[in-house]
Amino acid sequence: MTDRRRPRDGRLPLPVLVLAGIAIVFFALPLIGLLWRAPWSRAWEYLTDDAALTALRLSLVCSLWATALSVVFGVPLAWLLARVQFRGRGAVRALCLLSMVLPPVVGGLALFFALGRRGLVGQWLDRWFNIQLPFTTAGVVVAQTFVAMPFLVITVEAALRQMNTRVEDASRTLGASRWYTFRRVTLPAVGPSVAAGAVLAWARALGEFGATITFAGNFPGTTQTMPLAVYLARETNPEQSIILALVLIAISFAVLVGLRDRWFGRSGEAVRPPMVQA
Amino acid sequence: MSLSAAVGLQLGSLQLQADLEVAPGELLAVLGPNGAGKSSLLRCLAGLQPIAEGCIAIDGVVVDEPLSRTFVGPQHRPIGVVFQDYLLFEYMSVLENVAFGLRARRTPRAEARRRAAEWLERVGLGEYRDQRPRALSGGQAQRAALARAMATDPRLLLLDEPLAALDAATRAGVRRDLRRHLETFDGMRIMVTHDPVDAYALADRVAILDGGSIVQTGTLADVTAHPRSRYVADLVGVNLVAGTIEHGVLITATGAHVIIADAADGASLAVIRPHSIMLVRQPNDGASARNVWAGTITDIDRLGHRVRVVVVGALPLIAEITVEAFDALQLRPGDEIHASVKATDIEVYPA
Repeated sequence: MTDRRRPRDGRLPLPVLVLAGIAIVFFALPLIGLLWRAPWSRAWEYLTDDAALTALRLSLVCSLWATALSVVFGVPLAWLLARVQFRGRGAVRALCLLSMVLPPVVGGLALFFALGRRGLVGQWLDRWFNIQLPFTTAGVVVAQTFVAMPFLVITVEAALRQMNTRVEDASRTLGASRWYTFRRVTLPAVGPSVAAGAVLAWARALGEFGATITFAGNFPGTTQTMPLAVYLARETNPEQSIILALVLIAISFAVLVGLRDRWFGRSGEAVRPPMVQA
Repeated sequence: MSLSAAVGLQLGSLQLQADLEVAPGELLAVLGPNGAGKSSLLRCLAGLQPIAEGCIAIDGVVVDEPLSRTFVGPQHRPIGVVFQDYLLFEYMSVLENVAFGLRARRTPRAEARRRAAEWLERVGLGEYRDQRPRALSGGQAQRAALARAMATDPRLLLLDEPLAALDAATRAGVRRDLRRHLETFDGMRIMVTHDPVDAYALADRVAILDGGSIVQTGTLADVTAHPRSRYVADLVGVNLVAGTIEHGVLITATGAHVIIADAADGASLAVIRPHSIMLVRQPNDGASARNVWAGTITDIDRLGHRVRVVVVGALPLIAEITVEAFDALQLRPGDEIHASVKATDIEVYPA
């Protein structure tokens, strides 16, 4: 099943090889460009710079929160979409996955009109609970969750659809309630996909830029995450922006390599995402 | 205290309309071909599929009755189910599988594990308690599934084709084990199967399901002796000849004549047991037999010390002869042969 086992008989079609080679170069070149221009001698200095460390810490904290929220709300949403027949399910799914294809800036703008101080819900949050989301760290988490959760939903929903639901039947004939069945049978069965979806969502949250800067702004220490810091440093200190960019690339690359076995895995147990988006 | 079920349900083009009664301690085999509605019937009894009409009562408690809007979910029925493909939980140990039902009913963890371990010992899987189900063979997985279903002390045990997933070599042994374990269970048991041999080996009584309806019930001996349809006769392995009796001769739709000992005129069914048929090369070989039909051999099956020979002619028949007789005759597919039966060996009853 895997490409690795395909016999190498030396008869690969040349035009295909050439085009594939060009594609690889296309993806490799920008990375090489960064590595080439990176100010290696001052790398450590840029990395341990206060502003950079603050941005990195904020990025990690916010993206982990966003991942946790995506799991807590995304798994039940995936279950609903996969298992419950209701009118307009297709529309609901499209709505929930919209932020995956939407330009993040548009998403951030939409969030602003919904949750901003004068927004649809935001004005009540402000008036009744004195909660303001825009331009706060919580706002960053909201923006990241907004763009990241669909990646988890789509992965877990696919796994739930592939799962043999008769195992859940077996659980219920043994006296298990629907909730007990969900916890002890359904969740463990799709566990690997929840993990894969969570990693995808985390990677997306970590790289989130557009929605964050639109909805949460760019305040060092509260809302300036790594991608924002990279963008800002591009203006003020291009050398530092290269180093920060390489850090982000390294993290994303590690995630993809780590997931490789799960997706393009060794056996039929591998969970395939419906689309590879990362 | 018993099971009483009248199940009505439309399944695509199949109308399931089956009435069942099972007494305590009894094992009823629901016998039928694929697509007869066997598994759906079981799902209705388990509560995995609500019925459209009728009533299911277990020990006098109504668990499903659309008219009175009563429906008790599977988790609240006193049942245990052994599924055809066992459906063990793959990411739990065998012990946790067996303890699952007890844990779901809020039995304390230590107590559930202790009782599950007892069950595993009872079905001979003690050494596999910490393994994953994947490590079990087909027969072992079936015993684990049986232990899991029985660990909650159900009143009604439902078995869906318990032997179908096994290869022929292991089936006989597993069937023997299954019978031993089922004998220790004093509740009601229903097993659906397409294999009459399973029913022979395990069931007290059979219900034949065909096209969604129970077409006949009774002890297997009873049903074999008096099958009421061609389908039942094929299923339990006797020749059933339908026709009209006139002056002691039953005339079939294809014009074959069957001389019978005594019966009233009119539409009738004749049962010709495969082992009462004699096969001869020449019609005068069998002196005392009064029925002789010519035909061609199309199939030969050896079953232990007997050989089943399918003869196609004016009256298609399945004959069962001893290996000795078979060897003496040196039969081959395509041979012209005469089948003969004494009139007194043919049972006749009104259609």
